[in-house]
Amino acid sequence: MPTATVTDQSGDAITSHPGPVVAFEDVSIAFDEKVVLKNISFSVERGQTQIILGPAGTGKSVLLKLANGLLCPDSGSIRIFGQEITTMPERGVYKLRSHIGMVFQESALFDSLSVEDNVAYRLHEERVPEDEVHKRVVEALKFVELEAAIAKLPSELSGGMRRRVSIARAIISNPDLILYDSPTAGLDPITSSTIIELVMKQRDVSHTTSLLVTHRLQDAFALATHHYDAATGGMKPLPKDGPNHGIDDSTKFLILNEGSIVFHGTTEELVHSTDPWVKEYLQ
Amino acid sequence: MPFRSPEAYLKEKIQAVQDYSVLSGTAIASLFSSPRYWADIYIQMDSIGVGSMPIIILTGFFTGCVLALQSETALQSFGAVSMTGTLVSLSMVKELGPVLTGLMVSGRNASGIASELGSMKVTEQIDAMRALGTDPIRKLVAPRIVATVIMLFFLTIIADAFGIAGGAMVSITVLGLNATSYLHTSYRGLVHGDIVQGLTKPLFSGFIIATVGCYFGLKTTGGTQGVGRATTQAVVVSSVFIIIVDLLVTRAMIGIFGS
Repeated sequence: MPTATVTDQSGDAITSHPGPVVAFEDVSIAFDEKVVLKNISFSVERGQTQIILGPAGTGKSVLLKLANGLLCPDSGSIRIFGQEITTMPERGVYKLRSHIGMVFQESALFDSLSVEDNVAYRLHEERVPEDEVHKRVVEALKFVELEAAIAKLPSELSGGMRRRVSIARAIISNPDLILYDSPTAGLDPITSSTIIELVMKQRDVSHTTSLLVTHRLQDAFALATHHYDAATGGMKPLPKDGPNHGIDDSTKFLILNEGSIVFHGTTEELVHSTDPWVKEYLQ
Repeated sequence: MPFRSPEAYLKEKIQAVQDYSVLSGTAIASLFSSPRYWADIYIQMDSIGVGSMPIIILTGFFTGCVLALQSETALQSFGAVSMTGTLVSLSMVKELGPVLTGLMVSGRNASGIASELGSMKVTEQIDAMRALGTDPIRKLVAPRIVATVIMLFFLTIIADAFGIAGGAMVSITVLGLNATSYLHTSYRGLVHGDIVQGLTKPLFSGFIIATVGCYFGLKTTGGTQGVGRATTQAVVVSSVFIIIVDLLVTRAMIGIFGS
């Protein structure tokens, strides 16, 4: 059984949690009496990449914010690394978040801080020595191929560059879980594939558990059928004659529609789904 | 404007009071445990305190000038023009210094705080901060409260001093009073209770400016239009609160010191 290892609420002992990294059970949330998510139940095992698909306004981003404790559900249970976050005190949630990286839809970089300070934000909060901070920032920016922009302000960057800085900020502390909220939204196809390549690189190099929200099917299928090739530094299709017939077995799909789960399963199950709504959505 | 039931309106207002109280209480409680953001406190003290000095000096000085000029007519009918110093110093120290400083800083900083935090809210920077493990109340609200309360206290002293100086300038150059006599009556007119009263008010005003600015900033919704709305509301509400709290503090101080 895979295990997720994190510090507990008091930050002392290390808990080896056998079981899913993320587990939603009967989660519902409404805003101003409008139900956004109802009775959502699913789990994500360690090392898995859960792709969350669905039309706009179905609660994909809300689901991600719930997973990070940024929103509290009206009912149901959310367990992250085996810890119930819906009843956890705010201080405990902040501790837990040090093991979670999040990439926001519009990057959400601190506009008054330079790229270096944005990426280093978490390390500064953890009082890491300045020499080490700089070294790790450069490393993270190298990962997203943006080390030349280290001294720039977010306003001087393009949308794609901002998204890459946001990824660097999310991965700098080597999180055990990464949440990507539409990382390719509003980007041109070439920049989008660069971002997906980075997500893939993080998945294949660090094997980090991740939840990725997207409304772009091509991005979702690229993640399911490609792998990061360290030799060429790009993505490459998985061999059809391989053990999984050209499909990455750690990638799972979850499709939402009108606040409910309409599909949850593997790439193969998705492609062969007989559900008329899913079939129409995929087309 | 859409019609809303009185019940919904009332519920909304009660919810707002509750949210404001929780925000203020949490921010105060956060000052008594780590982490504390000292660097942010100093940055805010510089921005709110030092940055507000020019407008406070100008406001205080010219208010003192006007007070001296206006009082001449009234005092002349009693043959008491020599008491101008007492009138200016009492008015400045007990009332005009604290209230005008509060209102000027409210206009400058409650709006600044609300727009800064509001912009951060609508661009998800507040959520990003929370996602990165930082409590925004600890990092953004608490330093602003500490900085505003401390700096408003000193800004009020500066406004009082420049107000009395402005009154002196008019009294000496326009009213033909003796400088020593003006300063002597100014000094003699003040008692311990007046100073305490005048310097208690900015502590409340500073708290109001910071908490109301932060409250409206953190409650911002609706993009750039929402930021504009939050800014306006912050200035209006904090200004009204300052005047109301001024009345309450004055009454309490009269109860304590007797005048």
